[in-house]
Amino acid sequence: MDVHDGGGAVRLGVQDPWTEALAVGPWEEHGGPSQRPEPGAAARGEPDRTAVYRQVQAGEAFQEVRRRYRRFAFPAAGACLVCYLLYVTAAITAPGLMGRPVAGAVNVAMLAGLAQFAMTFLLTWAYARHARLRRDRAALELRWDTQERVR
Amino acid sequence: MTGRPGMAVGQLRATLAQLAARHSVTGHQALALSLFTAFVSITLAITVWAGRGRRSSEEFFSGGRLFSPLENGFAISGDYLSAGSFLGVSGLIALYGYDGVLYLVGFFVAWLGVLMLVAELVRNCGRFTLADVLSARMGERPVRIAAGISSITVAVLYLVAQLVGAGSLVSLLLDGEAAHARTWTVGGVGALMVFYVVFGGMRATTWIQVVKGALLLGGSAVLTAMVLAHFHGDVSALLRAAAHGSGHGAAYLRPGLKYGGSPLARLDFVSLGLALVLGTAGLPHILVRFYTVPTARAARRSVVWAVALIGAFYLMTMVLGFGAAALVGSGAVRASNAAGNTAVPLLALSLGGGAGSTGGTVLFAVVGSVAFATILAVVAGLTLASSASVAHDLYGSLRRGHGGPSNTPDAREVAVARLAAVAIGAVAIGLTLYAQALNVAVVVGVAFAVAASANLPVLLLTLFWRRFTTRGAVWSVYGGLVPSVALVVFSPVVSGGPGAIFPRLDFAWFPLQNPGIVSIPLGFLVGWLGTVLSPVPADPGRYAEVEVRSLTGAGAA
Repeated sequence: MDVHDGGGAVRLGVQDPWTEALAVGPWEEHGGPSQRPEPGAAARGEPDRTAVYRQVQAGEAFQEVRRRYRRFAFPAAGACLVCYLLYVTAAITAPGLMGRPVAGAVNVAMLAGLAQFAMTFLLTWAYARHARLRRDRAALELRWDTQERVR
Repeated sequence: MTGRPGMAVGQLRATLAQLAARHSVTGHQALALSLFTAFVSITLAITVWAGRGRRSSEEFFSGGRLFSPLENGFAISGDYLSAGSFLGVSGLIALYGYDGVLYLVGFFVAWLGVLMLVAELVRNCGRFTLADVLSARMGERPVRIAAGISSITVAVLYLVAQLVGAGSLVSLLLDGEAAHARTWTVGGVGALMVFYVVFGGMRATTWIQVVKGALLLGGSAVLTAMVLAHFHGDVSALLRAAAHGSGHGAAYLRPGLKYGGSPLARLDFVSLGLALVLGTAGLPHILVRFYTVPTARAARRSVVWAVALIGAFYLMTMVLGFGAAALVGSGAVRASNAAGNTAVPLLALSLGGGAGSTGGTVLFAVVGSVAFATILAVVAGLTLASSASVAHDLYGSLRRGHGGPSNTPDAREVAVARLAAVAIGAVAIGLTLYAQALNVAVVVGVAFAVAASANLPVLLLTLFWRRFTTRGAVWSVYGGLVPSVALVVFSPVVSGGPGAIFPRLDFAWFPLQNPGIVSIPLGFLVGWLGTVLSPVPADPGRYAEVEVRSLTGAGAA
């Protein structure tokens, strides 16, 4: 990983909006985290705050971020759960198939296990890339926008 | 005339071998003890350094939220890679071959769910614990109490597993006065963990995880390289030698040695597999890790680091397990510990040149102290997570009552958390002394099942289901927690067999060791039922707030 989100915020300059935001975050000034009221109580006490969240939720920008997130995360998580369950089921119901040799002492079961590892590495990389390129910037803009309006 | 000198030489040789063996035992004990003492002193220094002058609850429960993704990635892998993986799973592979590999796959694939569905959203919605996420949209008091109770239950079960592991490890290192040494070790480890948490809070605990994660990965990398070098990098030769050393031949390399028996045993394995893959996202000590970084993006990147580190470690664990079968032999592993927990230390001894050699002694001691460090660090992380639940969820809601300000500061919560760490430490030590006969991997599997039944359904439904209500949330937690714990009580783990807690009693009417396959669907089902039967519908405004906050990070702590 290239940059640290924590300490080096000042050094990093503009290409990393999240780290930069951390250094100058407007929400730090108007009541740091410890003074912020808990959301539940606040939502009950301030109807306009809830109204802002409902407006943001209905807005096209947020709908797009949510669509991008759900279109990637839900099918991917479902597919890997199914893959894993198929693998477990194959291991307990078809040991003969799993024991078929492929190359030397390496058999189908070994390759299937390694394929589960490869799937995890690959999907992790793909999800992180998708989130970084397709979601982070839009989500950050929405964050500042929402915080400005809730305040 | 040749008989007598021959006999004398033989006797002399035997005596020398005995002496050498005894010498090597005391040698590796002394070395292991000094290495372990070094680790303990370093961690104590970290604790004192990290704990100076920091009083706020932000600091105590989340370490100031300014760890970098790399640091937190190491800390997550430090929290996750317990003695169950390092000693337990490698031992299962050494004994049962491929069926041990199945554990690793479950433990690892689970991280995809954590990465994609949990890490970022939890970071955005919560402050210190799982209950924060739920109470962002539900009636605060009931869900806090429910989620607090279930988190503490999971953490205590997991703690017992770790402390049982510490007990078995020490009886290997100091064979002889085992029972006595075990009790003292469990007490000593418990006292240390309380010290870390009480004086260092999250900052010290995180640094201890980082150090431990690096030690564990480095130690395993060295051993793996030695195993591979022994076979000149030929994996096929390693597998053939392992199959030969196991005494099972080709059956060792395919599934079925451990879980291939009756249909019930196979069903038990599916249940375990489900618990492993779904439980990770509900483990309280993993969830609190996401609050130690500043943003959701940093939480995501720490999980990416953790996936890389954990994946590398599990691949090495496979090599070590097969290496132990090949170089030590399954018979010798089983003779040392019937559950296989000592396979990796024995492998280290053999790689270094065998018993009595300097190399073997050194490697054995190093592996033993790395395993201790592992247990100690995981135990500290668990204690911190559960004391946060006691203070922030239970004490916080009970003190506040129904309508009071939910933001009353926090000096008292920190004080309560410190007391809770002491109390939880005492409870876990007590339970462990009672449950020392249990198999570590079984207890870990049960803890995962409870986490997957009680914590995961409510978390996912809160984040993603628009109509989910407070009643649904509370029912979901108890609807997963009560059946999973009850089924364990009536399972073969607790009674009715030689490996049970009460071997003489028999009230085990539930046939599976792991309750996951029943209790995980129940958690979701009861959550749905509670929602449908709710007197009031869900508040769309509060769901809007949770949805916007979870995906954008607006107003995140």
